[in-house]
Amino acid sequence: MTEANITSAKIAARNVDVFYGQKKAINDVSIDIDNGIVTAFIGPSGCGKSTFLRTLNRMNDTIAGARVDGQILLDGEDIYAPSMDSVALRARVGMVFQKPNPFPKSIYENIAYGPRIHGLASAKSDMDRIVENALTKAGLWEEVKDRLNDAGTALSGGQQQRLCIARAIAVSPEVILMDEPCSALDPIATARIEELIDELKESFAIVIVTHSMQQAARVSQRTAFFHLGSMVEYGETDQIFTNPRETRTKDYITGRYG
Amino acid sequence: MILTGVLLAVFGLGLVGWFAARGRARLLYKGRGSMHSMPGYHGWHLALWIVVPALVAWLVWQAVMPGLVEGTVFASPAAQGLPTDPFQLGAIVAEAHTIAADPSAVAFNPEAQRLVEPFRQAQVKFGLMGAVIVLIVAFAGGAFGFTRIRPDFRARTYVERLVLGVLLAASLLAILTTFGIVASLVFEAGMFFKDVSPIAFLTGTHWSPASTMGDNIDNNFGAVPLFWGTIYIGAIIAMIVAIPLGLMSAIYLTQYATRDVRKWVKPMLEILAGIPTVVYGYFAALTVAPFIRDFAASIGMVNPSTESALAAGLVMGVMIIPFVSSMADDALAAVPRAMSDGSLALGATRSETIKKVLLPAALPGIVAGVMLAISRAIGETMIVVMAAGAAANLSANPFASMTTVTYQIVQMLTGDQEFNSPKTLSAFALGLVLFIVTLILNIVALRVVKRFREAYE
Repeated sequence: MTEANITSAKIAARNVDVFYGQKKAINDVSIDIDNGIVTAFIGPSGCGKSTFLRTLNRMNDTIAGARVDGQILLDGEDIYAPSMDSVALRARVGMVFQKPNPFPKSIYENIAYGPRIHGLASAKSDMDRIVENALTKAGLWEEVKDRLNDAGTALSGGQQQRLCIARAIAVSPEVILMDEPCSALDPIATARIEELIDELKESFAIVIVTHSMQQAARVSQRTAFFHLGSMVEYGETDQIFTNPRETRTKDYITGRYG
Repeated sequence: MILTGVLLAVFGLGLVGWFAARGRARLLYKGRGSMHSMPGYHGWHLALWIVVPALVAWLVWQAVMPGLVEGTVFASPAAQGLPTDPFQLGAIVAEAHTIAADPSAVAFNPEAQRLVEPFRQAQVKFGLMGAVIVLIVAFAGGAFGFTRIRPDFRARTYVERLVLGVLLAASLLAILTTFGIVASLVFEAGMFFKDVSPIAFLTGTHWSPASTMGDNIDNNFGAVPLFWGTIYIGAIIAMIVAIPLGLMSAIYLTQYATRDVRKWVKPMLEILAGIPTVVYGYFAALTVAPFIRDFAASIGMVNPSTESALAAGLVMGVMIIPFVSSMADDALAAVPRAMSDGSLALGATRSETIKKVLLPAALPGIVAGVMLAISRAIGETMIVVMAAGAAANLSANPFASMTTVTYQIVQMLTGDQEFNSPKTLSAFALGLVLFIVTLILNIVALRVVKRFREAYE
């Protein structure tokens, strides 16, 4: 083990570069992400924050021509090591997307999908419990408990996004990655999701990419600022927003660009 | 001859008119806003005024001239003593007409030779007359159009309106043709159903249209074996081949193939769709059918026939693969990427994602594609003509010779036909049934596809 591997962080990235074909999208990013808190990635469009987020559960593998250099450690284990199975990894590191993407199935089946694939429930009653539990944690249970067989796509946008969060929770991941989870939602639904994120951080390490600096300030404890594929600054959210060390961070936060 | 020249002259005049009107309009043009329409539109307006009425006159004259010519010829002294039988008379006149146009031709009827000279004279006379009329109309139209060139004249509006009319007429023509086809189908089928009861036709199981024995011809026109053969070959055997292969190739191409592989494989698959059906037909008849006959013999069938439902169905299935594959390809591609990302992010494997999320989501599109494929397969003719056989067997044995609706239509309408016999007319009734079935399949499939598209927009 190299010195870099000795860390208590849930996820530790070391000198990560990401390429799309010949184009370098992420340049030498190193970051420690801890359990029990919300970490926010902010930065202008095209800065690479979403790309970097997707390296954390190897979703970039699904894009042709994407390549990752450097090391990303989950509990000290290199997730890009040949022995690491990307399918098993994604069961441990869940993801919520920008646009709510419930499956064209019932609400119940949307939640049961993951647990069924991973064999988490041996009986119908187990599955019922998992579904109820996940929906409760996502704050959706009271709203949908009487219509679990309705189509997931029939819910409102905010409910759909909470359904997607519940779906991610249902497979009991260790980390949840959220890629601008509120950008398609109205302010009320957004507030609801933000509350939820705050509750969920007790149980999971949460990484959220957001366009909105206010949102980062509201929900996160640590913030990383990305610009042009590099991580410019990373620190306590309060410090980043009130007293940034880097001029670029300051310029972005004060609205000079972005 | 003269009239063809006139037609060219009219178009020439139109061209001259275009330039003249544009030139005139340009003289009137005094900067932006000084005229309602730009000079080019005045050019078009005048050109149309020259060409369109002249064309109408030309068409009318083309329609009435043969009558006038014949009238003159019959009135001439040379026409004395012609036979009165309309059939013979027609033959003689037609011959004279041919010789008048082509002096090297030789007359078969001596009377025709006598008529040639009056015929030619009359043609020249009425041709010239027509040419003068057409040119007068062209000039009159042109003169009228030319007087209308003024700054405030709305030439653009008129030209645009005419363009609209032409486009509308073009689309109406296609629709009217369809109506015409349907109407003739319905009319002829109606003639058939005067002789044979529709119920006997649709429910009878004995098909031998050639036999004239028996008083009750209803018994010879039971089309059920034909419908069964069509469904068995086109909708069952062919689909057993085409659905799995087409679907799996679509899944491979959309989900697994790299861009380079896709770039090569997809066009090659589409070559299958470009092979003429007659080539599939002899492939089925000469290559596949003997092989299947030998196979049937090897599993102990006695005297298997060379023509078999299986041979036709298998080859038809292969022919339909690219069709199913491209419809399934579209359906899978229409499922948003977010859907498969969502599944992958939960730790599902590629194939779990395809099986449990992508295919269910794409199912309506795939079903619609299959329905269109079926409607194509049951309307397919060449393969069954060459490989399926003529015997109207009501059998589930795939090695048996079977016949289809399309095959029977070909049988009824090739060779000598009598359009008053139920045998020939039955082709129209079969065609009508086929048309209705494929129409329904198409309408339902397109509805499903439309609903499916809307679901993801």
